[in-house]
Amino acid sequence: MSSRPLFPAHAEGPRPARLNLGRLALYLCLIAAAAAFLFPLWVMVTTSLKDMEAVRSGSIFGWPAQPSLEAWKSAWTSACTGLTCEGLRGGFVNSLLILVPSVALPVALGAVTGYALSFWRPRGGKLLFGGLLIGLFIPYQVFIYPLVRILSSVGLYGNIGGIVAVHTIFAMPIMLLLFRNYYASLPMDLFKAARIDGGGFWTIFRRVVLPMSAPIIVVAVILQVTGVWNDFLFGLIFAGSDNLPMTVQLNNIVNSARGAQEYNVQMAATILTALVPLIVYFFSGRWFVRGIAAGAVKG
Amino acid sequence: MSQVAIKNLDITFGSNRVIQNLDLQIEPGEFLVLLGASGCGKSTLLNAVAGLTDVAGGQIWIGENNVTWAEPKDRGIGMVFQSYALYPRMTVEQNMSFGLEMARHPKAEIRERVARAASMLQLKPLMQRRPAELSGGQRQRVAIGRALVRDADVYLFDEPLSNLDAKLRTELRVELKKLHAELGATMIYVTHDQVEALTLANRIAVMQGGVIQQLASPDEIYRRPVNRFVAGFVGSPGMNFIEGELQLRDGKVDLKTARGNLDVTRYPFAERPEDGRKVTLGLRPEHLQPEPEEGWCPASLTVSVYESMGADALLCGELSGATVSVKLPSDWSPIPPAGARVTMWYDASKVSIFDAVTESRL
Ligand SMILES: Nc1ncnc2c1ncn2[C@@H]1O[C@H](COP(=O)(O)OP(=O)(O)OP(=O)(O)O)[C@@H](O)[C@H]1O
Ligand SMILES: [Mg+2]
Repeated sequence: MSSRPLFPAHAEGPRPARLNLGRLALYLCLIAAAAAFLFPLWVMVTTSLKDMEAVRSGSIFGWPAQPSLEAWKSAWTSACTGLTCEGLRGGFVNSLLILVPSVALPVALGAVTGYALSFWRPRGGKLLFGGLLIGLFIPYQVFIYPLVRILSSVGLYGNIGGIVAVHTIFAMPIMLLLFRNYYASLPMDLFKAARIDGGGFWTIFRRVVLPMSAPIIVVAVILQVTGVWNDFLFGLIFAGSDNLPMTVQLNNIVNSARGAQEYNVQMAATILTALVPLIVYFFSGRWFVRGIAAGAVKG
Repeated sequence: MSQVAIKNLDITFGSNRVIQNLDLQIEPGEFLVLLGASGCGKSTLLNAVAGLTDVAGGQIWIGENNVTWAEPKDRGIGMVFQSYALYPRMTVEQNMSFGLEMARHPKAEIRERVARAASMLQLKPLMQRRPAELSGGQRQRVAIGRALVRDADVYLFDEPLSNLDAKLRTELRVELKKLHAELGATMIYVTHDQVEALTLANRIAVMQGGVIQQLASPDEIYRRPVNRFVAGFVGSPGMNFIEGELQLRDGKVDLKTARGNLDVTRYPFAERPEDGRKVTLGLRPEHLQPEPEEGWCPASLTVSVYESMGADALLCGELSGATVSVKLPSDWSPIPPAGARVTMWYDASKVSIFDAVTESRL
């Protein structure tokens, strides 16, 4: 037995923070990755704040000598988006009009169908689920021509209703997959207890199941908002020329062949268009991760 | 108060026949306990009575109604689930009121009933909490409360006390017994706990592999188990089994084992014993005693281990080639050392004898 003191003073308190080589390498990697993603954004922001004179003369990385919001104003109100020159304003409103029903409808339908399949187990439910999952793997370009014919025959081609219908149809497989799997992870006894307590189909959905669905609804809404907002092809084909979404108008601005390329306006327009998904991710990133995890691990 | 009658019930999951041809008649106001090993179909049977599992064949009657195809809410039942199944986004109070709300009871009455159940189950301070903020035992009490606030004719309990500490479990057990007397409702109660089964039940149904082995009063089940499975399943520590064959000599009946004979002449055989029949003798640990009484027979025990268990002690050892345990008062002395041979006495009229092949009682 040595005479070592039983509790030496230097061994006390919280675990000391340490910066070892592994940590250092990790941080360097993270910083490099962040820089790689932030670099284009930096170029876009600085360019959008310059006037054309500065764009032509200066370096593309430099901060403008006299930053101005002229390019932003022009992108929003007066850039030419095809035949008209009224900026992205109209496209923004169109995109919103398409977005709200195209998110609400599939999410609501997915939640109810997933609930019915998981808990009520109707006959043929598995078949329906399997069929929809197959839909997930068929490239949607295949459907476009038949869909155009079908929608035009029921008067839904070239208007908001048509584009909402298209978004809803193509979102159903993934929505159903999300909700059914989430509900399958909830205990069946909960549903049984509600049955004994006398709840019907809608009451159990509204009072018991829906209040537990927040995490998966957040995931579904984020997926659908970004999907619909970033859509270009469906908007171009199905929305009709009066309802073209922002992405289509942005494309028209950037690809306009007439006159000199106004890089600053193009940058500003691009940022404006990307703003909605950006904000959604910014504010819901934590929820998103939590929701995905909640689907995987119980409790 | 309703009777529950089950006739020829069959339940299958895929190709797995979980309940087979089950008949069960429960009297109005009876407290029936279902006892059986894990996976033998107890929860499945309760679910069938509640209408939560589709039956493959047979009928279920509650009171005067055939409920075989009735909706769960129309059966007049309350149920406590093995997994609690509390609604996670509702408070304790909302959990307990939900069923009454669905049945459109007036608000004041709901409040009054919930408050009464809450005070009985000591839930008053927890009423505004969510289930996630409760301990396992508290959740279980809420689950019981949720079933009790509904005035059902039949209550189904699936191991409702399994997660409580010993003291609370005893308290609630007494509470449930009082409640049963007060409500007079029919109760079907699943448990693994022998004490619960023996104290609460009017009758016990012992199940194995989806079949009821014996349905009788706790006393009957304990004293006269119909087969070796029931004998081994009920009682703790379990019954001692000694293999051997019957030997009839001069009007005496002996169990002949590899290590000597045990006298069972006084055993009330249901049919005349035959010489040479292979049997199993069942002796409960308390059936072996160190002091003889009138008419008892001796048996020699080689001691291996002595365990004190509080009020009594357990003496383990070898008797006629079988490992047995003997229940003794804990103040019994002197404690024999390992390897010692002591003479124990048993009353042959109280033991059980089973056929070695069919395993049923002789
Ligand atoms: N939904 C189901 N699908 C398939 N098999 C099932 C299902 N539910 C139960 N089983 C099977 O039926 C049998 C009986 O299950 P049950 O839950 O009734 O057992 P138990 O007696 O309640 O057991 P425990 O005491 O462990 O609760 C088990 O073998 C189980 O695997
Ligand atoms: Mg069970």
